[in-house]
Amino acid sequence: MFSTIKNLPMSGKFGFTLVVFWLFIALFGPWLTPYSSNSIVAYEVFERMGGEYLLGTDYLGRDVLSRLLDGTRYTIFIPLVAAALACSTGTLIALFSAVSSKNTDETISRFMDSLISIPSKIFALVMIAAFGSSIPILLLITAVSYMPGSFRIARALAVNVANMDFVVVAKSRGEGRFYLAVKEVLPNIIHPMLADFGLRFVFVVLLLSSLSFLGLGIQPPQADLGSLVRENISGLAEGAPAVIIPTFAIATITIAVNLLIDSLRNSSSYASGGK
Amino acid sequence: MSAMNTLDTEDHVVVKNLCVDVTPDQGEAFGIVHDVSFSLKRGEVLALIGESGSGKTTIALSLLGYARRGCALKSGIVNVGNENIMELNKAQLARLRGRKVAYVAQSAAAAFNPSKRIMDQVIESALLHSVMSSEAAREKAIDLFKQLSLPSPESIGDRYPHEVSGGQLQRLMAAMALICEPELVVFDEPTTALDVTTQVDVLKAFKLAVKAYNITAVYVSHDLAVVAQMADRIIVLKQGRVMEDNCTDQILNHPKHPYTQELMGAINDDGPIVEKNDSTPVLQVTGVVAGYGKILANGLPQIPILDDISINVNRGETVGIIGESGSGKSTFARVIAGLLPAAKGSITLEGLTLEPNISDRSKKECQQIQMVFQNADTALNPSHTVGDIIGRPLTFFSGLQGEPRNNRVKEILNLVQLPAELAQRKCTALSGGQKQRINLARALAADPSVIICDEVTSALDTVVAAAILDLLKDLQAKLNIAIVFISHDISTVQSLCDEVVVLYKGKKVEHGSGQAFSKGPYHPYTDLLVNSVPAMDPKWLDSVAEHHQDMSMFIAENDELCRFRDRCSVCITGKCDTEKPPLRLLKNKKELLCHIDDFE
Repeated sequence: MFSTIKNLPMSGKFGFTLVVFWLFIALFGPWLTPYSSNSIVAYEVFERMGGEYLLGTDYLGRDVLSRLLDGTRYTIFIPLVAAALACSTGTLIALFSAVSSKNTDETISRFMDSLISIPSKIFALVMIAAFGSSIPILLLITAVSYMPGSFRIARALAVNVANMDFVVVAKSRGEGRFYLAVKEVLPNIIHPMLADFGLRFVFVVLLLSSLSFLGLGIQPPQADLGSLVRENISGLAEGAPAVIIPTFAIATITIAVNLLIDSLRNSSSYASGGK
Repeated sequence: MSAMNTLDTEDHVVVKNLCVDVTPDQGEAFGIVHDVSFSLKRGEVLALIGESGSGKTTIALSLLGYARRGCALKSGIVNVGNENIMELNKAQLARLRGRKVAYVAQSAAAAFNPSKRIMDQVIESALLHSVMSSEAAREKAIDLFKQLSLPSPESIGDRYPHEVSGGQLQRLMAAMALICEPELVVFDEPTTALDVTTQVDVLKAFKLAVKAYNITAVYVSHDLAVVAQMADRIIVLKQGRVMEDNCTDQILNHPKHPYTQELMGAINDDGPIVEKNDSTPVLQVTGVVAGYGKILANGLPQIPILDDISINVNRGETVGIIGESGSGKSTFARVIAGLLPAAKGSITLEGLTLEPNISDRSKKECQQIQMVFQNADTALNPSHTVGDIIGRPLTFFSGLQGEPRNNRVKEILNLVQLPAELAQRKCTALSGGQKQRINLARALAADPSVIICDEVTSALDTVVAAAILDLLKDLQAKLNIAIVFISHDISTVQSLCDEVVVLYKGKKVEHGSGQAFSKGPYHPYTDLLVNSVPAMDPKWLDSVAEHHQDMSMFIAENDELCRFRDRCSVCITGKCDTEKPPLRLLKNKKELLCHIDDFE
């Protein structure tokens, strides 16, 4: 583990450091807040940075730093769970599909294609309109809308591996599909799938932030980074830190994850067979 | 440099004290080529021969100033003409490559871009180096196509790489290398992936071209017989060191170094054929018809491959199946294993009829038939340890777990002559021979009665292959297993098999005992195969006649006629193309499918 980090290129180390930083904030942020995140502490709204309130105040005069520390966990953990759900179900279905008969494979693939053709934002809007917005619904929506993409990538990788001789040998031994999928194929596609997981995490962060920006994501009094941007949008004209800081936070999270994934992808190749 | 120039008047290529180092991702750099020196006169052909890992390709690539990833040309002198390759920078090397020094790779199929027309790729280097105009390059290419005796030289360039055969593609790649009329061409195992009959054509074309353009050539190969046809001089390499450097005649007839003698020995070792009389057929295949695609109304598959194949395999015996690529020999293996259900015919194992499809067979039946694949690199899961690979059949078939399983794995590793410590390792770090042993060990772990070996030695070097064959013979004697041995290499089959079947386009054209097979008379196709195996004689290539056409996979529907008739040198017009060939039984119990009646 440590040698992997050591061998990362500069950009990867930078990304890794930022990812660790944001994970720390997400885990411990709520206990580090200087003020209560929901109480109005200042008379002045959209206060500048520095001074008494380190990152200024928001449109109601609440402490931005506290709200940021409190909100980050939604922006990190919901996408984390959603991307994990999307990738694991997508990969499992793909593995099953790759080792199954041609007809089963075709049926599953075409079904996934039709899911892919639904735009994720429209799908999210329709679902929220029907069921209201809550964390479980948001998880479900994002997991469902990013699962087919993950399936597509996993299937493309798995089909290649499933045609390798070692899988044919296992088949000729009479092994069941579950063994073929999980023991023979999965270990050989796990590295690219982890990279894909990272990408999907970023997509979900952006989708959730945009939903929150539209007011359809996390509902008050809870607030994720996207909601912070929306509620302070009136401060944009005067360049208030209350709107710039959360935007900047979303950007650094996504860029950091991307940098880390890109460098991981370079340093681990399929040919090495996974470590 | 002036000292070098005086050398150039005599020697065209000079390599002196070349050392190449490799630096692994983790760990210290170590040498893979040690202090190699040789020189070549203009027009001379030098062969570098050795096993994989002997550094032959690394040395050859150094002539292009190229070191593979992780390698570095450490020290020494590499002179081509009046250029010292070691001192050139990247831009100078780029000007040199393709123009002055050209390279012909092992797999032409991988070296051509599948989405561009052949002509554009062949003339690319000429245009890149702006040696000639596009029109002139095209004309030159067509000349080269003629020189390399390619069919329809005027139009073959308009095709895509997948539209020509492997042998043609290999010659087209030579054309690509020769387009700028380089001084030095490096051939890197250019015929290793080809069938014997195709190999003859390609070698002939290469030899003529090298002579016609007065090219200095370096030919890399592990096959001494092939090299004997091409080279004026041979350098035998082992672990990056020169073992022997002499002219071809000397090496072939009076090998001095023990290693060269071992190489020669591995080829000449035919071994006696022992008659076995234990005749209980363990596997019987009767009248199998199989192919790909939908099953049509008449019960035949849409793309038929195998037509009416029957064999009996006795306990403790080996049946060899020979054929070129496209003959259906691997399909046959898949049919026996149940991976491709036969459309017609039956397979019985110890008297019990097997279901055609693997998913309908019982675990016990699956256990009895085990397959060993050609390429151990792809047949072993890179993410499993050796212990897991061999242990899985034990768990799957006999339910062994934990300590008993580990002990059995050790026993099996011991059986294939590998150290027990390997069980903890992943197979990616093992050598080709070790991998193939593990491949074999996995099949043995199931405790089968039949092993199907699909080209198990063709990806290996001569010495390693000979060791694997010895191991196979040993194991068979110890465990009394039946082996179906599929190969395109006649000498291997001859030395190993009790019974030999020759397949051509999915039809059994010859079937006889191993003893009967060691000498003629042969079916015309077998005859062609036997005569296409290069002999250890530099004059052999000139003595074989030009009689080959490229084989197409296409088989006409309901084709009852002799499928070999288009390539046959003794084809009887009016008979072979109108009547179904009869099955003839010769005195030595050999069956031949042919119209010719005076075989004896």
